[in-house]
Amino acid sequence: MSLLKFTSKGIYCSQADVYLDPWKGVNKALITHGHSDHARWGSKHYITNEINVPIIKHRLGSISVSGKKYGESFKVNGVKFSFHPAGHVPGSSQIRVEYRGEVWVFTGDYKTQKDGISSPFEPIKCNTFITECTFGLPVFQWEEPKYIHAKINDWWAKNQSGKITSLLMGYSLGKIQRLLKHIDPSIGKIYTHNATEQMTKVLRQFIDFPETHLITRNTTKREVEGNLILAPPAVMGSAWVKKFGHLSTGYASGWMAFRGARRRRAIDHAFVLSDHADWKGLISAIKYTGCENVITTHGYTDIFAQYLCEQGWNARTEKTQYDTETLEKAIAE
Amino acid sequence: MRRFARLIEQLDSTNKTNHKVEALTNYFREVPKKNAIWAIALLSHRRPSRPVTTTLMRQWAAELAELPAWLFEESYHIVGDLAETIALLVQQEAEGDNPSLSQCIEEIIELKTKEEDEKKSYILNRWRRFNNFERFVFNKILTGGFRIGISQKLMTRALSKAVEIDENILAHRLMGQWSPKTTSFEELVLDPKPEDQISQPYPFFLAYALEEGFHEKEEISDWHIEHKWDGMRAQLIVREGKTFLWSRGEELITDKFPELHCLARYLPNGTVVDGELLPYKDGEIGNFNALQKRIGRKTVSQKLQNEVPIVIMLYDLLEWEGKDIRTHPLAQRQELLAALSKKIKGDGVPLLLSEVMEFSSWEKVAQERERAPELRSEGLMLKHKDSPYAVGRKKGAWWKWKSDPKTIDAVLTYAMRGHGRRTNLFTDYTFALWRDKELVTFAKAYSGLTDAEIKKVDQFVKKNTTNRFGPVRQVKPELVFEIAFEGIAPSQRHKSGVAVRFPRIFRWRHDKNISEANSLDDIKKFLQ
Repeated sequence: MSLLKFTSKGIYCSQADVYLDPWKGVNKALITHGHSDHARWGSKHYITNEINVPIIKHRLGSISVSGKKYGESFKVNGVKFSFHPAGHVPGSSQIRVEYRGEVWVFTGDYKTQKDGISSPFEPIKCNTFITECTFGLPVFQWEEPKYIHAKINDWWAKNQSGKITSLLMGYSLGKIQRLLKHIDPSIGKIYTHNATEQMTKVLRQFIDFPETHLITRNTTKREVEGNLILAPPAVMGSAWVKKFGHLSTGYASGWMAFRGARRRRAIDHAFVLSDHADWKGLISAIKYTGCENVITTHGYTDIFAQYLCEQGWNARTEKTQYDTETLEKAIAE
Repeated sequence: MRRFARLIEQLDSTNKTNHKVEALTNYFREVPKKNAIWAIALLSHRRPSRPVTTTLMRQWAAELAELPAWLFEESYHIVGDLAETIALLVQQEAEGDNPSLSQCIEEIIELKTKEEDEKKSYILNRWRRFNNFERFVFNKILTGGFRIGISQKLMTRALSKAVEIDENILAHRLMGQWSPKTTSFEELVLDPKPEDQISQPYPFFLAYALEEGFHEKEEISDWHIEHKWDGMRAQLIVREGKTFLWSRGEELITDKFPELHCLARYLPNGTVVDGELLPYKDGEIGNFNALQKRIGRKTVSQKLQNEVPIVIMLYDLLEWEGKDIRTHPLAQRQELLAALSKKIKGDGVPLLLSEVMEFSSWEKVAQERERAPELRSEGLMLKHKDSPYAVGRKKGAWWKWKSDPKTIDAVLTYAMRGHGRRTNLFTDYTFALWRDKELVTFAKAYSGLTDAEIKKVDQFVKKNTTNRFGPVRQVKPELVFEIAFEGIAPSQRHKSGVAVRFPRIFRWRHDKNISEANSLDDIKKFLQ
């Protein structure tokens, strides 16, 4: 009997009768992080890392949720659970599951790079490692983030000197705050879209960020000129954006490593910055765990599992519904 | 190379034409002429011949990245571009000496004759020392096909700004076959010598498809109406007693059509005409497929010449008595052309004049258009009587009004990932028709769907794959599409027994299930 099973509702531990990141409503859901494909609406009770509590409350409204510290373990019907940093976004966890000496780890989403706002990824020993592989192809090799942040600041500064407004886009939870954290506020003022502002506000209780100014109906094109706007990718081409006239647009995503994706997205500046592990990050994470079994869940699952099998792991693929960060979605938004 | 790679990166990172022109103009102003002329060559699809096979490049890149061959191939299928895949997989180890564009291309040219291990060590060394984007551009030069969304027109406009020479004059100078190996920037762009120009063609003038509402606002008497003959567009030059024949792709094809060489005897020196090459036997225009037989061959035997004799159907006169008359009104050029053709036409002269037709109403014109297939024409050309012979594709003065395409309902059976903007999306499709209870492939098509439809088909393919053959996915036969095509010919090379020209997706037939798709017998009815 497997400790964790892949069912039509999600990843299920029958011994404890709990689900991990279920995609349908269940009684008890353990949640890795706040992105909408992992933290879904409709479960009776949620358990997650304490930093993720205000995040999922912000997203899912009034839900019953309890928070756990990183490393704090708790038992359900003899099964020991604990949350450990995944380094993906603030409050993100891997979930460790132990029963009768057997250990499974479910990663949710993770990255091995440090981003300056999330607790860094913690390698955990286990027998079976359930891993995402959104960027599980060797063509993905991230550059050090400090170079990317420098490029972003240069881009803004250059626009600023030409009195051009910069619009920088990224996911509202995680990416935008990571960008904000490393932006040089001495260049100008930082404006935000409402979605960006609200999520950032939730995170300000845990993390220091530069000052931001919410864009309201009264914000004029003139005052924003030369400054920076942070917003979710969906604003591209909307009336909300058109109000600010000619802008230089920037988009930060791992998918921007592909030239075709950059061209399809039709933005002025693409920054290759991801909150997922790249090829080498995935492999080093797997090595650290010392596991025998690997289950790949979302991303280039087949290719990655085949490679791992060749390298001596017992690897297979399971279908899940974690799908927010495919290339198509990154481009379509 | 660093400067050229930066230019390509700049061109790539904006979709605003003005920014592209500005980046190119700055490049042409800043760099040494030796590099500028190579940039012009690359951007107009004139590249050095390929020194290594892509198979070897794949092997070497997989080896350098320490990846099994299958994983390299999978990566390549997903990225959709070999040059980019290698650029992404190989990491820069050290910043090396950075060669200039011309130096780098000279090295690539010399590489061609070297031994394989020398080729390998050269290429690996360059890969390790270039940064990601330089490596991408280097690979693009090695593999050819430098398509980066910069039209020749846009490049010419930028060059025109940089050297301050009129765009149309430059477009003319950049025509034909030249190579930076034998021509300098001065000779090509700044100060061409007339004696080097005798084979130089003019840029072709191209028409857009007719726009809605044309007939309501235009007077029929202002328009010159003729057939759009279904052959191969060409430009014939007679200068200094010699004949030169150019294809629309700026290829010199004089040798492929020896029967036209005699025209140097009939046409006076200093004559350039625009026309259509057509198969023509016993006073009848032949099928386009016959012409293709001629184009495909390297050498043209007498037997083939007898089998498929060629004529040139004249459309326009561009140069007369050694003078460029492209700016004269069409009606005037036409008068000269008609007089010329009248004088020399006769038995055995491989030359016809495209007839200018008179109509009393647009309805009559529409009727004539319907006759096009039986006349071996693709439809009609409408040209304003005052129009000059302009450069490139322009709206307003010339329009093509092609016949409605033939269409057939077919089933989607295979899909492959696309390239470029279509990276990672299944956009290249194979379609089949019924033969009894079997679906037989009859065409591939890449275009015709909207982005939203492509996304839906992509989702379908990912969820309904029944088999994989490398990059190709076999899918459950379920979706029906109406496929449009221009011509059809019997073919022994295709399992279906027919070859269609310009197949494309006309629309998605959501209303049909696969049993309602057409059969091979249905499509064969289009064969005349």
